[in-house]
Amino acid sequence: MTIKGKAYIAGIYEHPTRNAEGKTVPQLHAEVAKGALEDAGLTKDDIDAYYCAGDVPGMGGINQAEYMGLNLRQIDSTETGGSSYVLHVNHAAQAIATGHCKVALITLAGRPRADAKDQIRVRPGGGAPAEYGFEGPFRPTVTNMYGMAAMRHMHEFGTTSEQLAWVKVAASHHAQYNEHAVLRDVVTVEDVVNSPIIADPLHRLDCCVVSDGGGAIIVVAPEIAKQLKRPGVRVLGAGEAPKHLNGGKVDLTFSGARWSGPDAFAEAGVTPADIKYASIYDSFTITVVETLEDLGFCAKGEGGKFVSDGNLISGVGKLPFNTDGGGLCNNHPSDRGGITKVIEAVRQLRGEAHSKVQVPNCDIALAHGTGGLLGSRMGSGTLIMERGDA
Amino acid sequence: MSEKPNSKPQVRAPRVNHETKPFWDATAEGKLLVKKCNDCGENHFYPRSLCPFCFSDNTEFLECSGKGVIYTYSVTRRTKEPWAIAYVTLEEGPTMMTNLINCDFDNLSIGQAVEVAFVDTGEGTALPFFQPA
Repeated sequence: MTIKGKAYIAGIYEHPTRNAEGKTVPQLHAEVAKGALEDAGLTKDDIDAYYCAGDVPGMGGINQAEYMGLNLRQIDSTETGGSSYVLHVNHAAQAIATGHCKVALITLAGRPRADAKDQIRVRPGGGAPAEYGFEGPFRPTVTNMYGMAAMRHMHEFGTTSEQLAWVKVAASHHAQYNEHAVLRDVVTVEDVVNSPIIADPLHRLDCCVVSDGGGAIIVVAPEIAKQLKRPGVRVLGAGEAPKHLNGGKVDLTFSGARWSGPDAFAEAGVTPADIKYASIYDSFTITVVETLEDLGFCAKGEGGKFVSDGNLISGVGKLPFNTDGGGLCNNHPSDRGGITKVIEAVRQLRGEAHSKVQVPNCDIALAHGTGGLLGSRMGSGTLIMERGDA
Repeated sequence: MSEKPNSKPQVRAPRVNHETKPFWDATAEGKLLVKKCNDCGENHFYPRSLCPFCFSDNTEFLECSGKGVIYTYSVTRRTKEPWAIAYVTLEEGPTMMTNLINCDFDNLSIGQAVEVAFVDTGEGTALPFFQPA
C-alpha cells in the first residue's frame, strides 16, 4: 500500500496579506480556502475532507468547517507545529488512496502581528505538559532553543556563522522578486553576521519574519485531477517523524528529518540527486543546515559547507531552495511555515514560480516541514512531488 | 560585549505534581535527583513513573553528584538582563535543561565542567541552576 500516484495537488493559494488587521482568523482560513478552490477549478461543495492544525480556533477543525459550511467525510487536526501541513498532505493522500475522500482541503492562517498590536495573546494547545516544571523556569524561547542546537552543531562540526548566513543570503536573493515578501532587500553574509545577536549564536537576520496571512492546498483523487484544467502535481511519497528528548539522551545536531526523509524517498523511489527544487523549512538558518544533512543532500556535519557560496540560489547553486524567499524573507504566517513550503514547490513543478527563480525542467521537488524546537521536541514532515501529466 | 556575572537569576517556582513532588522536595534539601530504572538500569530525566526506555514501572529516584558538563548553551542577549539557557549532561547520564549562573557569559564553553547551584524559590522548592565547577 502506498500513496505514490494515488493523489494530486490540484489547488494552492497563499494569502497576499502580511498584516491582517481588520480580519479574523476564521476569515483568513476561509479566504485561503476560497483562493485554493478557485485555483483548482473546484467549488466548496466538492470538498469532502478537511485538514488543519492548532492555528484553527475551536475543537479540531469542526468550528472552522462550520464557519465555511463544509460537509465532510474525513477530518484531521494533526498538530506538529509548523510542519503540520506537510503531514496533512500525506494524511489526505492516504485517505484518498483508501477511498475515504476525494477532495481534501488543508488550511493554515493566523495574525501574530495584528494580535500583538491588539494585545491578544493566543496560543494553541491544551494543559501543561509533563515536562513543564523542568523547563519553564529556565526561560526557553524559540530563539534560544534553536540557538542551543546551532551552538552544538558549531561545536561538533565546525559550522560557522558565515556559513549559516549564506542560507539567509540565498533566501534574500529569491525574495527580491516576490512582491508580497516582508523583506525584499538582498543581503550579504556581512549584513547577517553584523546584525545584532538575539540568542547566541543567532543574529536577527538568522531568524524568520513574523507575518500574518496563511495558505491553502487542495489534494484530490486522480480521477478528479484528470477533469481539471490545470496539470496536477502528483504525490510521490511522504514521511513523518516526531523527535523528542529521549529520556535525557539529548542530541540537538539532527532533526526528525533523519527519519522522515528516508521514508519519503523510499516511497517515492527517488534519491536526493533527483530533486530539482527543495522547499526546506527555514524558521532559522540553522534549521536549513541540519535538515539538508538529515535529508541526505550532504553528509552530517557538511551542511555549512553545502549552503555556502550561493549553493541554494536558483540559477547559481546546485540545490535551488525556497524560491519565494521562504520564512526568512517572505512569509511565516501564524508563526508556522509548512504550508508555504508545499505551495512554492507546487509553483515550481507547474512552472509558475517567478521567471527569475523558476528552475528549468523542474520535474521532481521536495517540501520539508519542521515544527516545534529543532532537535529537541519537534515534528518533521517530508513530501516528494512530481510534475503531473494528468 | 561583556556581561556582569549573573548572580541574581530570575527565579520562577516550578509547577509540582504528585509524580514530580519527590524531585522538588529534594531540591529544598539541596539534592538533585534523576529517575533510575531497576529493570533496564537506565537513568532518565525528567523523572517519570514509567521508564521511557523499557516501560517498566519499577523506577526509583537516584541522588546525583550534582556535577556535569555543558552539552550546549545560548545566551539571550537582546533583553535588559541577559540569561544563559543550557543543557547540562550529568555524571549519571541524563542531560537536563537549566540556566548557567555565577559566570561570565562571554567565557562559557561546551564541555565545561559545571555543578548544581540551587536557588530557593521561597515556595518550598529550589531551582537547579548550574555554575562553573
